[in-house]
Amino acid sequence: MIQVNKQGDVWIFAEQEEGKLSDVPLELLSKARELADALGVSVGAMLLGQGVKDLADTLIAHGADKVYIVEDEKLKAYQTTPYTAAIQTLIEDHQPQICLFGATPLGRDLAPTVASRMKCGLTADCTDLQIGTHEEKKDGTVYENLMYQIRPAFGGNIIATIVNPERWPQMATVREGVMPMSEADSSRSGKVIACQAGLNGFPLPLTIHARHREERKVNLKASRIIVCGGAGVGSKENFKVIWDLAHCLGGQAAGSRAAVDLGFIDHDHQVGQTGTTVRPALYVAVGISGAVQHRAGMQESAKIVAINNDPDADIFQVAHYGIVGDLNQVVPMLIKAIRGGMSVKTAHETPEATHG
Amino acid sequence: MGYNIVVCAKQVPDTKRITGEAMKEDGTVNRAALPAIYNPEDLNALETALQIRDAHGGTVTVLTMGPPNACVILRDSMFRGADRGVLVTDRRAAASDTLATSYILSQAVRKLNPDIALCGRQAIDGDTAQVGPQMAEKLDMTLVTYLEELIDLKDREITVRRNVGNGWEEVTAQLPVLATVMETANHPRPHAAKRIMKYKKARSKLEMEKELPEGADIDAEAETLAAKGLLIDQWTLDDIDADLEWCGMSGSPTKVNRIQSIVLAGGEYHEFDPTEDGCEKLVHELISDHTIG
Ligand SMILES: Cc1cc2nc3c(=O)[nH]c(=O)nc-3n(C[C@H](O)[C@H](O)[C@H](O)COP(=O)(O)OP(=O)(O)OC[C@H]3O[C@@H](n4cnc5c(N)ncnc54)[C@H](O)[C@@H]3O)c2cc1C
Ligand SMILES: Cc1cc2nc3c(=O)[nH]c(=O)nc-3n(C[C@H](O)[C@H](O)[C@H](O)COP(=O)(O)OP(=O)(O)OC[C@H]3O[C@@H](n4cnc5c(N)ncnc54)[C@H](O)[C@@H]3O)c2cc1C
Repeated sequence: MIQVNKQGDVWIFAEQEEGKLSDVPLELLSKARELADALGVSVGAMLLGQGVKDLADTLIAHGADKVYIVEDEKLKAYQTTPYTAAIQTLIEDHQPQICLFGATPLGRDLAPTVASRMKCGLTADCTDLQIGTHEEKKDGTVYENLMYQIRPAFGGNIIATIVNPERWPQMATVREGVMPMSEADSSRSGKVIACQAGLNGFPLPLTIHARHREERKVNLKASRIIVCGGAGVGSKENFKVIWDLAHCLGGQAAGSRAAVDLGFIDHDHQVGQTGTTVRPALYVAVGISGAVQHRAGMQESAKIVAINNDPDADIFQVAHYGIVGDLNQVVPMLIKAIRGGMSVKTAHETPEATHG
Repeated sequence: MGYNIVVCAKQVPDTKRITGEAMKEDGTVNRAALPAIYNPEDLNALETALQIRDAHGGTVTVLTMGPPNACVILRDSMFRGADRGVLVTDRRAAASDTLATSYILSQAVRKLNPDIALCGRQAIDGDTAQVGPQMAEKLDMTLVTYLEELIDLKDREITVRRNVGNGWEEVTAQLPVLATVMETANHPRPHAAKRIMKYKKARSKLEMEKELPEGADIDAEAETLAAKGLLIDQWTLDDIDADLEWCGMSGSPTKVNRIQSIVLAGGEYHEFDPTEDGCEKLVHELISDHTIG
């Protein structure tokens, strides 16, 4: 644990694999920027690995003021203990007030280990972070400018706001895909600080024999429009209506876990707690009941349309627009209405761009 | 030969079956209104442990921290094949966050001194998946998260396949190892009828105090049960040499500022008829607010 340090910076862990950054650290940076601006401090990024220096520019363009680079052969492929040791040294040397990690499989392995080492608190899988005041009910002590760590728990049935008043740094893992990513600004400047890993003689606990990475074939997170089908669609053949609706909207088809389990569509396309979290401009849920684990992955969408023949389905509770009816009748009518409505409009602009 | 294996298992409210009645007026969850179940992924951890024991010999001890009633999942473990159950129960452990929980559990694991400790990946109530990694850090055991398949175990060397989200990794580590087990690792075996007959009599001392008539000699009863392998060990924080500073409220750096129940209300909601006319109106609405078009 480090002492409470109101001048401390806001840090993120820049997760990389084989020299590539995913979207997660960039999402963290845009949130860190917001928190740091509210606190009047700088944003730092911890970049660990081997041969990763070049990534510093990307981190700076996305909002980092300082990039702490630790390069070592032992940090090339991720292992828990050497990463923990290197991060412990960074935190003790520079005393950040906040440290954010992605709630990725790697982040949820590393962050708890670091928190245990530092004997500080850690809030899991946050969907929002804010700066606010906390009053301790027990003794009335008031703490200004703490990080509110906001997270769903209890299977998604409650939202808890958690704070870490005294044993710093304030640490959290942040769910993928829920923080909007800011645009890169290549005119930003920042400081790159090379740090010692101190891993001489450090034993690596694991021998990694083989690794296999599946490239995600679809990028649901990048889709502006998603049409998601559920068990109610009934069969793989019938799932064609979901693809048709997606295509005529220029969107991406997706499925609930039940749809994936029933083989209607690939796991790559799954939305929800154990699939992808999305926040498109338009989300159309067809034949989906709206279980908490599903809603967890889509309820941040800007506009939600639900089509279901059960008026009491939970999905209607998060929807902005609803049609209660049989999807086999409603979806074709909707496709027809979209073709009609949108072609009128596109006809005036670029006739060749008509959808479908 | 054989391995000393400890499984950490948590009794949890069945959060999948939450209904309106389970929420209190102040927005907090009324745990009493929900059935208490065996945390699902902890059953996968237990199954992995039983498979190791069945193939290599040794013992499987299931450890849980919770109220006296958590003995239910220890008996459930025995019905499936576990050799022994240990309950850590102490009011001073209440309100522990993951740092304090992992400290207390690690003290109990230290006392059991296993070759292999297994946790579920995540509990369905707290939903943090932090306790396993934090215990490994405190115990200085090698951490292997997201175990999906046990590939090999020999000469105190374990090889497993772990699921890393966008793929998998095959890794080898020297024992002692602490692994967290995924739901996809296996299918937990059911209760065995013969084991139910035997282990339904397993009790902790606290349970005996409740069930036996007043004045009964609890210690003598406990000894009789112990001789038959039916005594559920029951430890307090003192029994595991826990430093109270690191337990319960004082050992927990995180504090809850606010809890809200999810109010299922998407704000404004418009319903359209399931007709051509309704569909056209919906599309018109989406075009006019620039969502599509
Ligand atoms: C709404 C809510 C939100 C919370 N958020 C946080 C948070 O963000 N950070 C935080 O530090 N604490 C948090 N807590 C507290 C946390 O739930 C408790 O500390 C809990 O005891 C352990 O965490 P978990 O349920 O998430 O377990 P996990 O870490 O998900 O459990 C992983 C595995 O550890 C083992 N295990 C866990 N608990 C036990 C046990 N009692 N006995 C035996 N084995 C066990 C099991 O094998 C389990 O599968 C929260 C609690 C609530 C109610
Ligand atoms: C740990 C865990 C993780 C999970 N992760 C996810 C996840 O990532 N994503 C996910 O989606 N789920 C997840 N689930 C599963 C989730 O709980 C639900 O089981 C699942 O979302 C249900 O999918 P569904 O809505 O398609 O099916 P159902 O619940 O079966 O709903 C089908 C709906 O279709 C409607 N319907 C039927 N016929 C018609 C028709 N002709 N016209 C119109 N409507 C019709 C019905 O009224 C019903 O509402 C998870 C569960 C657990 C326990």
